[in-house]
Formats: sequence, C-alpha cells, structure tokens
Amino acid sequence: MEAIFALAIGVLTGSGVWLLLRPRTFQVIMGLALLSYAINLFIFAMGRLAIDRAPILDIGAPAIAEHYADPVPQALVLTAIVISFATTALLLVVILAARGLTGTDHVDGREGET
Amino acid sequence: MNDWLQHLPVVPVLAPLFAGAIMLLLPESRRSRAGLAVVAVLVQLATALSLAYFTSDAVLEIWPKGIGVYSIGKWPAPFGIVLVVDRLSALLLVLTATVALAALVYSLARWDRVGVNFHPLFQLLLMGMNGAFLTGDLFNLFVFVEVMLAASYGLLLHGSGASRVKAGLHYIIVNLVSSLLFLIGVALVYGIAGTLNMADLGPRVAQLPASERGLFDIGATILGLAFLIKAAAWPLNFWLPAAYSSAAAPVGAIFSLLTKVGVYAIFRVGALLSESGVHGPFGSDWLFAGGIATVAFGIVGMLAAQQLARLVAFSVIVSSGTLLASAGLNPAAMTAPALFYLVSSVLASGAFFMVTGMTERTRTHYFESSDQAPVSAVSYSAFGMDDAPDPLGVDDEVGIAIPAAMAFLGLTFVCCALLVAGLPPLSGFISKFAMLSAAVGIAPTAELPVQSWIFVGAMLMTGLAAIVSLTRIGMRLFWSVVGRTTPRLRVIEAAPVALLLLLCIGLTIAADPVMTYLQAAAQGLTAPQTYIDAVLSADPSAAVAGDAP
Repeated sequence: MEAIFALAIGVLTGSGVWLLLRPRTFQVIMGLALLSYAINLFIFAMGRLAIDRAPILDIGAPAIAEHYADPVPQALVLTAIVISFATTALLLVVILAARGLTGTDHVDGREGET
Repeated sequence: MNDWLQHLPVVPVLAPLFAGAIMLLLPESRRSRAGLAVVAVLVQLATALSLAYFTSDAVLEIWPKGIGVYSIGKWPAPFGIVLVVDRLSALLLVLTATVALAALVYSLARWDRVGVNFHPLFQLLLMGMNGAFLTGDLFNLFVFVEVMLAASYGLLLHGSGASRVKAGLHYIIVNLVSSLLFLIGVALVYGIAGTLNMADLGPRVAQLPASERGLFDIGATILGLAFLIKAAAWPLNFWLPAAYSSAAAPVGAIFSLLTKVGVYAIFRVGALLSESGVHGPFGSDWLFAGGIATVAFGIVGMLAAQQLARLVAFSVIVSSGTLLASAGLNPAAMTAPALFYLVSSVLASGAFFMVTGMTERTRTHYFESSDQAPVSAVSYSAFGMDDAPDPLGVDDEVGIAIPAAMAFLGLTFVCCALLVAGLPPLSGFISKFAMLSAAVGIAPTAELPVQSWIFVGAMLMTGLAAIVSLTRIGMRLFWSVVGRTTPRLRVIEAAPVALLLLLCIGLTIAADPVMTYLQAAAQGLTAPQTYIDAVLSADPSAAVAGDAP
C-alpha cells in the first residue's frame, strides 16, 4: 500500500511541476491543482497509513492509540483542501481577467519568441 | 477586570473579522463602510497599544513574565491552538495597526472607490497579519498567512488594469506554490515531531532519535523556504517589484508589512528551534548568505529602477535582506537593532509608497511607459538628455514660487529618502548605526569575523545606492520636468504621510526608551525558554479565575 501511495503522490507531483512550468495559464492552473492533490495525499500520509482505524473514539474498542488513526492530519487536509480550492478559484478569475485584458493566455501577457 | 483583559489577545483577530464581515452586508455606499473600517482599525490600534503595555515591565499583574497565552476553546497548549502575545508580537501589532490606519485614511481620498470591496479586503488582510503575529501554532500560522494572502490578491488587483492583472497573476501563482511548500513542511514536521505547537516543537525535536532527524531537517528546510518566499529573499523574490509597484498607493503602503510576516516567522521559528540545533535556512550561515545576496539584488534593482514605485519596491527587498542577514549574523546581539530597523523601514516605506502615489499625479506621462519602450536608466539621467529644450528660452530657474503642495511633497520625499538611505538625522540612521555597532562589537578584543565586514560593507553600499538612485529620481521628478502640473493634495492624503514621518522623527527622539523595549523584546525572542514554559504551562481553566501571582 505504501508503495502505491508513494507512486501516486510522485506521479501527481511530477505532472504538476511539469505543467506548472508550461507557458499557458490553463496548464499552470492544472499543474497547481495536481500539486495540491499530491500534497493533500502527502499530509494524509503523514498520519501514517492504516486500514480499518477510525479517527474518532469508538466506545466498544479499547482506548489505545493503536486502534485509531491520527485525526490531526485529516483535519489539516480538510483545511488545506478548502484553502487550495478557494485560492485556485480566485486564480481562475484572475486568469480570465488576464486573458481578457491582454488577449493571450500566455503567462507573461504576451507571446514568446517561438 | 482581569477576566476581560485576558481576552485581549484575541481582539486583533476578531475585530477585523467582524468588521469585514459586517461590511459585506452593508451596501457599497462609501460612508458606512469607511466609518466602520476606521473604527475597526482604531480598535485594533488601541488593543495593540494596551497589549504592548501589559506585556511590558510596567504592569506585572496580568502577565508576570510579559507573555500572554490565550488558549482558544480552553484547550491546554500542546493539544489546542494558542495565541501567544509577547513583546515582539505586541510591537508588530502596534506597527501593523499604525501603518493600517495611515493607509486606510489615505485610501479614503479616492482609492477605495476605484474598485469594489476595498474595505472588507483590507480588514481581512489585517486579520491575517494580526493572526500570523499572534499565533503559537504552525498550521494556524499557515491559515492566517493564507487569509492574509487571499486578501492581498484582491487588494493587489484593486483598480484593475493590464499591468496589475499581469503582476497579480505572477504574484498569485508564486504564492500558491509557496503555500504548497509551506504545507509540505508543516506535514513533515508534524509527521516526525508529532506536534504543531511552536513552543512544544523545540523540546520535542531535541529528543528525536538521530535516524529521524534527517527527515525533520528536510521538513524544517522546506518550511523555511516557504517563509523565505514570503520574506522576498533572493532568489525567491522576482515577483515582488512588479507586484508592489503596480499596486495602488495605499495597498503598497500596507504591503510593505507583508514581507515582514515572513521575516517574523523566520525569527520566531528559528529562535524556537535554535536550541535543538536545526539546520536549513534557519541556520545562521545560509540565512546570512541569502540575506546578503538579497541586499545585493536590491541594490542593483534600486540603481536600475526608473520609476519611483519600483525603486521603493526594491528598497523593501533591501530591508528584508538586511533583516535576514542580521538574523543570520548573530541573533543574540543583532535582534534588537534589527527590530529597530524593521520598525523604521516599515514606516518609511509605507510613507514612501503613499508619497509615490501623490507624485505620480504631478508628472506628465512621459516616463510612465518604460514597460513598452525600455530605455536604460543611464540615458535618462546622465547628461540630462531627456530634458526637452525650452522652446521659448524662458529662464525658469528664477522667480518661481513653490506651491505649498510641491513643498510638502519635496519635504516628505527628502525625509523618506533619508530614512531609506539611513542618513542622519532621522531614525534610519540610528537603526543602521545600531546594527553596525552591534555587528562590529561582536568580538571587541579578538579579530572580527569576515562576515561582520561583509555586513558592514553591504550596509554602507545600500546607503550609497539609495542616495544615488533617489537623488536621480528626485531630480527627475521635482526639477527636470518642465510641463509639470501642480498637484492638488488633500489633507486626508497628506496627513497619513505626515503621521508616519512624524513617528519616524519620534523614534529618533525617543530612541533610548524604544531601544530598551526592543532589547527586552529581543531577549524574549532569543532566549525562548521563558516562551516555551509560559505556553506549555498555561492552564486555561485557572486563567479564568484571574492568574495574578
């Protein structure tokens, strides 16, 4: 499970960084979205991967930490998702405004030499 | 009485939050929103001043050690989120509220009407900054920084226009990436150390086994990188000049504080981790090298800048670099002078951004379009080639009465230039002198380390570069343009600038008591044990009954 999880984060990060370095604003915003997925998974993994462990207290189960997942990273992920979602939406608006004002979707507001 | 006072640390976060939220419900009419905004900022200023008073030595009943801990939701420290106010936080809160008041009053002249929702965004920006200065929790720091940045995106775009949108696009993307780095750092730190409380972090890291230390250092380094992007350290600062110089004048004034949030985070987290010997950008050598490189970049930028706004933006970079280098040189001795420099340079650059906004009205738009037709700075100023020969041959050097508005602008420009360059007699000089004497006085008997000399050289070079570039631009602005119109200044524009500059003069006169306070603040920062004890031993249930000793 760890290997698959790590591979998923790696692939998402790799594609995200590549897209982030592309010159078109649409590619950049897709790259940012992929990167934030990767980082959300990463934060989640920092609470250690485990199966069949709830992050909330179960009355029936014994109150030992081994029976529970760490709730803090899950709370952090929720916050991170909300924040990155909101800022990405904001960026989308700015990108549309830039497209309207400059007439191009190049990140510099004008076409490159190629 | 104490019951109410112990809720004081949360007011700087709640006041702008509620003010901003209520404003959104009010109609976009100018008067009600503006009135609420001024009241909210005044509340913040009063709160910040009283926090500074209660954390000082003058009053010992409320917080005996000068550190107030506010446990949100009554959860004790390592588990719940705490707000911590010590002298450094209180100082930065006062500074934020002061600059905010000036920028707000200035914006009432006309800037708040060139776009929608200026006032709510402004309040949320203040909420983010106040929260970032107060919080004692790493993830909460991230949240407050995000609140601040999200509001700053809106404020930067305030007024719209192609150049703002272009600069804003880069600014937003860079800051989103830095936020992602911030998250990676926070997650790694939590994954290894198992805590996000900044006070709890130091002792925990000291107990980590060596096998896990490497991973923690990586996390701390990534976290430091995110802070350095916010603090505009070279080579992570190419977004700053375009963004700051294209922002509206009052927005630029309050933005001069944004980079200081990153600097503050580096100071605070670096100090709390220092005893456990964490490497990465918090380690002195790297920070020093980065700071000096930032100063060098800022110097080159200042000399090359052709617009006053860009020049001021580069001076913000210089001041960030100076602070980082001084933190890297010798935290124990340099922190108090560095804090003095921080206060002085923030006030000066805040005033300077506003002066820039006023001078832009006096110019013909001859120099504006450097973006489309780049001309080297030399060809402007050397030999005075740009001065159109006077067709009528009128000798306009005699007999021109200087209008009061121009006299005011010229005077404030000179004051700002003196402050930025660090020349006597204003507070810029005192702060630089204090930093230089601390840098040279590290080893009074033994041989001075090379780093001290590099620092001294860099400081003197910034002064020289600032004088050269400001003299050039000042001559171009005030003397060389023939067909200049005299601007109409309004009192609510002139008063904030005058307020900030008068505060700088006040800093000069009251340098001794201010320095004493800053020394206490620096001591609280560089000897973090008191801070750690105060946070971890804070008992929220006991505090309600009044924790008088």
